[in-house]
Amino acid sequence: MHIQEELSQRHVLSLTVSNEAGILARIAGLFTARGYNIDSLTVADITDDHAISRITIVTGGPPKVIDQIIAQLDRLVPVHKVTDLTDAGPFVERELALVKVAGTGEDRIEALRLADVFRAKVVDTTIESFIFELTGTTEKVDNFVALMRQIGLVEVGRTGVVGLMRGKEAN
Amino acid sequence: MAEKSGADILVECLVDLGVEVVFGYPGGAVLPIYDALYNHPTIRHVLVRHEQGATHMAEGYARSTGKPGVVLVTSGPGATNAVTGITDALLDSIPMVVITGQVPTQLIGTDAFQEADTVGITRHCSKHNYLVKDPAKLAGVVHEAFHIATTGRPGPVVVDIPKNVQIATAPYARPELKVHASYRPQTKADAAAIDAAVEMLAAAERPVLYTGGGVINSGPQASALLRELAALTGAPVTSTLMGLGAFPASSDQWLGMLGMHGTYEANWAMNQADLILCIGARFDDRVTGRLDAFAPNSRKIHIDIDRSSINKTVDVDLPVVADVGSALDDMIALWKQRGHQQQDLSDWWSRIAQWRAKRSLSYPETGPEIMPQRAIADLYQACMSTGRDVIITTEVGQHQMWAAQHFGFEAPNKWLTSGGLGTMGYGFPAAIGAQMGNPDSITICIAGDASIQMNIQELGTATQYRLPVKIFILNNEYMGMVRQWQELTYESRYSNSYSESLPDFVKLGEAYGWTGIRIEGPEDLESGIRQMLDTAGPVIVDCRVAKLSNCFPMIPSGAAHTDMLLDPNQIAGIMSDEAKALV
Repeated sequence: MHIQEELSQRHVLSLTVSNEAGILARIAGLFTARGYNIDSLTVADITDDHAISRITIVTGGPPKVIDQIIAQLDRLVPVHKVTDLTDAGPFVERELALVKVAGTGEDRIEALRLADVFRAKVVDTTIESFIFELTGTTEKVDNFVALMRQIGLVEVGRTGVVGLMRGKEAN
Repeated sequence: MAEKSGADILVECLVDLGVEVVFGYPGGAVLPIYDALYNHPTIRHVLVRHEQGATHMAEGYARSTGKPGVVLVTSGPGATNAVTGITDALLDSIPMVVITGQVPTQLIGTDAFQEADTVGITRHCSKHNYLVKDPAKLAGVVHEAFHIATTGRPGPVVVDIPKNVQIATAPYARPELKVHASYRPQTKADAAAIDAAVEMLAAAERPVLYTGGGVINSGPQASALLRELAALTGAPVTSTLMGLGAFPASSDQWLGMLGMHGTYEANWAMNQADLILCIGARFDDRVTGRLDAFAPNSRKIHIDIDRSSINKTVDVDLPVVADVGSALDDMIALWKQRGHQQQDLSDWWSRIAQWRAKRSLSYPETGPEIMPQRAIADLYQACMSTGRDVIITTEVGQHQMWAAQHFGFEAPNKWLTSGGLGTMGYGFPAAIGAQMGNPDSITICIAGDASIQMNIQELGTATQYRLPVKIFILNNEYMGMVRQWQELTYESRYSNSYSESLPDFVKLGEAYGWTGIRIEGPEDLESGIRQMLDTAGPVIVDCRVAKLSNCFPMIPSGAAHTDMLLDPNQIAGIMSDEAKALV
């Protein structure tokens, strides 16, 4: 007998939650306990009184599992609202990456040229290296990192995805 | 405003919330609370012998009275011993509030004596939990904890209180009930969903009402409404293990329990139905059997207060997120308003009559031993003849299934069993808790010889509080359900399922001041049961039953409802790896 894997779809979920001790453990633990995937998770408080945080989770699974994830998150006591940005309509998603690249000569110039194409900023430099700051979709960051790998990638730091619905309404 | 200590604030809150009984065990980190309870005029404390016992007592109290059960235990081992009962209450949706002591805030995280990360450990086995670090916040948290435990889908809530927070003082005023910022369970169904549900039900030719523990949780009025809806539609009714009693077993419309050890007629009706109305049940794997063969030709309506229960394992055509009682009330009102009449279900009922004719709960009685099913049936008859209110609890195993099959329940809150978690050791403490809440009822724990030993220490608790609990052990000297699965799956290799070195249960009971009765054979059965029921105090009955009887009917794991085994001759003794891998 072998274990069968199921097909998976990427979804970006946006949650507002009470900013209380243990909330992140509660959410992360729900994912591990029920066998769901987390591709990325970001959290920060978003109100003046620090009472509410927004958590953005990139997860994957068959549609039925995504439905379950949303229902399970929704019934946690400190969770105010769960929005599946992927299903809810047009939305913006961004992540920020810091990408350290080392090299000299033509490599160094090519790195700067590519950074310009990707609208990445140089936030640190030495004679032999740059740190680029880049924001964009996960795919854009992936592409930039892949190109830098050919030039002299040293290391990468990524924030994971944050997202909001397009349009004037709050969700 | 006068200040009170955290311990006094806690006790004040419990009084304000109408708590009458607390099940607990003292220890270093809850001494301030125990001092506040000392000679307290209104709160009765039941001193248990092990913290797991306290949690199941609270569950038994809650399930039989409809009120939340309250547990008080110390930090570290006190809290970890409570974890099984907390998980049990989560899986069976039992309202319970567990107060745990914690080491003082300045010692948290230092591996202090009797320190455990209680909120970490219970985070995923409770409905919600709190660590209270400020006595000024304690009253609000305790009131919120009771609100969360008892509303929506009920469940256990843990409140962890460090010892210094119990001693420090803060102003106390009874908190105002305010709307919670994020916790607002939906109790009233959408009108469109009710409309669609009523029309689907009115048009159904082969309907089944599939009911569960949610009907019990919704309160006695939900059971009354279920009976009314059944009468209006004429539809057959089946129930999960947790829902027994919501619909009377004596009704002509009652099919018996469904699922793995359910009746032939209940499972075939589910399989052949054109409409399944699921009311407060959750399509558990014990109920559905093989998912791709479950009720293949039916449309399904699912009423549940917990949206995450809907479409979790079985896709339904119409979700109705609501409290069961509220949804049934709305459906009945609309049914009457539309002037719907019962469909002619005579064809459907005649098919059901054919399945009933299989008499799937019958059992052979040829040997010299008591058949366990006979013991339950006789116990049922004897209980009926007392004319008194009877509450049955069970442990987990064959005896539990036989009790579910052969004891008839007419009313809700009279059947207490560990369904979701399947906790051996649940039944006896649950009976003590039920007896505390229902002093005039006969409370009987139907047990197996193995399960009863898992919380046997609570014999002393019943003695101490003069609770006339009865324990009725079906003693076959086996962990019978384990042995049955070994017969089914592992060619009867009985690996560690024989109950070696059983105690003399009669002498054990007597050592605790109980009456002990042994029933050796069929000739003692009736008199032994009568003696148990006539004895005013607690009684332990060691009823020796046929050692190798198995629980039928049975849908083996991974099989469809239509592949039900009706008798032992159908057992092959081996299974595929796919079937073996299922629980």
